Amino acid sequence: MMKLSKATMKPAGTKSSYSWLIMAIVRAVIVIFCVVTAVFFIIRIVPGDPAKMILGEYSTPEALERMHHALGLDLPVWEQFIRFVKTLFTQGDTGNSIIAGTSTRELVAERAPVTLLLIGMACVLAVVIALLLAAVAATQKDKLLDHLIRIFPTVTLGMPIFWVGLLLILAFSVHLRWFPVGGIGEGWSGTLYSLTLPAITVAFSQTPTLIRSLRVQMIEVLESDFVVTLKAAGIPGRIILFKHVLRNAALPTLMLLGVNISYLIGGTLVVEQVFGIKGIGSLLFTSISNRDFPVIQGIALYCAIGVVIISLLIEIISWLLDPRTKGKP
Amino acid sequence: MMAIRPVLEIDALSLAAKSNKKLVDNVSFSLSKGETLGLVGESGSGKSLTLRAILGILPRGIEQVGGTVKNEERSAMVFQDPRGSLDPLCPVVKQLTEVVYYRQRLSRRASRKAALELLHMLGLPASLQTSDRYPSQLSGGQCQRVVIAMALACKPGILLCDEPTTALDVTVQKQIMETISALQVELGFAMVFVTHNLAIAAAMCSKLCVMKEGKIIEQGNTLSLLQNPQNPYTQMLMNSVLPVPELEGSD
Amino acid sequence: MKPITVNPQLHEDGQSTSIISRIWRIPALLAGGIMLAVLVLLAIFIPFISPHDPTGQDLSAFLQPPSAKHWLGTDQLGRDLFTRLIYAARTDLTIMVLAEIIPFCTGVLLGMIAGYYGKWLDSVISLLTDTFIAFPFYLIVIIVAFASGAGQRGIYITFMLVGWIVFARVTRGLTASFRQQEWVASAQTLGLPGIRIILRHILPNVLPQAIVVLMTDMVGLLVAIVTLGYLGIGIAPPTPDWGTMISDGQPFITTAWWLSAVPGLAVVYVGIALSLVGDGLADLWRKK
Repeated sequence: MMKLSKATMKPAGTKSSYSWLIMAIVRAVIVIFCVVTAVFFIIRIVPGDPAKMILGEYSTPEALERMHHALGLDLPVWEQFIRFVKTLFTQGDTGNSIIAGTSTRELVAERAPVTLLLIGMACVLAVVIALLLAAVAATQKDKLLDHLIRIFPTVTLGMPIFWVGLLLILAFSVHLRWFPVGGIGEGWSGTLYSLTLPAITVAFSQTPTLIRSLRVQMIEVLESDFVVTLKAAGIPGRIILFKHVLRNAALPTLMLLGVNISYLIGGTLVVEQVFGIKGIGSLLFTSISNRDFPVIQGIALYCAIGVVIISLLIEIISWLLDPRTKGKP
Repeated sequence: MMAIRPVLEIDALSLAAKSNKKLVDNVSFSLSKGETLGLVGESGSGKSLTLRAILGILPRGIEQVGGTVKNEERSAMVFQDPRGSLDPLCPVVKQLTEVVYYRQRLSRRASRKAALELLHMLGLPASLQTSDRYPSQLSGGQCQRVVIAMALACKPGILLCDEPTTALDVTVQKQIMETISALQVELGFAMVFVTHNLAIAAAMCSKLCVMKEGKIIEQGNTLSLLQNPQNPYTQMLMNSVLPVPELEGSD
Repeated sequence: MKPITVNPQLHEDGQSTSIISRIWRIPALLAGGIMLAVLVLLAIFIPFISPHDPTGQDLSAFLQPPSAKHWLGTDQLGRDLFTRLIYAARTDLTIMVLAEIIPFCTGVLLGMIAGYYGKWLDSVISLLTDTFIAFPFYLIVIIVAFASGAGQRGIYITFMLVGWIVFARVTRGLTASFRQQEWVASAQTLGLPGIRIILRHILPNVLPQAIVVLMTDMVGLLVAIVTLGYLGIGIAPPTPDWGTMISDGQPFITTAWWLSAVPGLAVVYVGIALSLVGDGLADLWRKK
């Protein structure tokens, strides 16, 4: 009964873990399939003729017909869909750009590094700021600092991200001259330097939700029994906070970030526009003004698949990190 | 050998919430070396708060408003919910080693050795020595043994037990009680044992305090108190609990 | 809404204390309510308050700083900023409320159905939400708004497509937890059909939480409307809108920063008001 051998514990754990992993992956694959379908239908759900949108209101019927043919719109819907999926598998994208003629994949790949870097910087900033503020608020619960930090999300929730960017430019670039007004600097350090303000802007839009939930999580951890046990055992307060409380709060943070990653990417696309950064966001807006459908679809597809994969990875990582999910005797 | 000076002396202790509601009112008792005192009463009667006051870890919003706690020896505490009392993300040997390291001021290596010895003393499997485990991978009884080991790592002169068996299965309860008794004989610490089960208190303790609504309503020698209870509440407790001690687990 | 229900969650202590007196006891609700009321009243009565025309240009008086005549100054075309600000509140707040109605209803309904019936219906609905959630919110908003044509129609279509998800998620979870409770089981043993249990017993219980979420979601929606306006795929130019006002002011950010700052502050103002109302309502319903 009390014996605890590897043999009695492992099998149950591993079996359930494998099936969990497989289920999670299968689910992600199904969602990706749905995403592909949604991207295909996105220009068909909404009213209006895509060909007309590309050529403009006053196009000739012949030109419209040619465009229909070029886009494959004269085929039955299911055949169009098969063509769409086929391109996706053979070319890895949604077809060639109507304007540039090059493949969507190349166009996006060219712009991706800056955007990914911006997203990464924003993620790190958001987590660090949110964790710090939430920790302060939780340890100072119901005191002045806590109240101030709690007001912060209420005030910032309604701030349009591009407006925050404008104000930051006004304060830090125009008046203080700490940062460039826009664009990307030369080399690694220049790039990082010029991306700092945009990253702060994106992070700023993420922190309200993060702080709100993290504060509650932290308070829960701080008031949990094991913290009392550690206190009773005489472990110093800073060790409890940094080694035990933060570790326990880190998992929910990761999960939260997974939920918010999609929102973060969307915000990044808008912020790029404010700061004049030539990333995926600016590609999206040029394609929109050029009515370059394949590129728009491609961006939507890559972003959505990216979100699905990142969420899956985060789910797997937090599952791996959390011992409670494994080997219940 | 009887010690003359008490190791723990509580005099007119009063605790109150911020809203001024008295939660513990004028509680006094003392404890000699090697002695065990039982605090018995229903939940919410202020037993656990009294223990926390002794350790100086009162929950947020509760303050000591009167009385004194005189502690001659180090105290340590064992809690009610064994699994919740351990950091779920920290393997148990590591957790125990940490306590040894900070309380006994040994080197990291010596701390680990001492921790493993403690685990051995508490009858935990030797396999922990080679592969550390998370609390969720241990049974409730094993977790409670780890929690007791953590308390003992503080080298306490007084061990405070806050319903250490309530959350466990009946069979495991008995084993834990036996372990605690055996350790007390071996290490000679004094003990305050909080429980709502008079039967367990009678088996463990030489002195009893019956608490109700923050006050001690009756205290004395276990034998004389049980044979001749004065307070009707004590009589009620005896009648309701003594005949069926097995009910403990189904709290 | 259906007036009388037998669920134990909400109507336990009845209407013993009047709602008005309870509202007074929650400062957040009161403050938020007053903030909203002030703006709505201003928006309704602006033609009587301001002598200026929101679209009337006066090129002899462009980019003026705030003064007695023009409370917040004028923009690059000499239009009175305060007047435009309040007229924009008309546009943006109306769209915000109207665009939220259909998503709210469908979301709550779908969430309840998914949570109540579970099984394959639940799987299908959660697959749908997972798919939509994979698309970054602003990405899908931008694309759909563009594809369905700039202007208000695009905004409505966009939010009909994506707005319901939040509500579906919240009500699904709540309904699933109510499903476990005895009063649902007892209603089932009485032989009530599922749809009746959903509408009469579950709806009143999920509605408070859904309305609290609605408040925060409206803030997000307003910000999205303004963002679309800023990007030039939202409300078309002559109609005043906070988003286009901010982007119009952007070139003058160094000389007349208030042109961009003030409309943004208006959005923040509405955001704070709605958050306060949401917090207050949550408090009000929790205290019961």
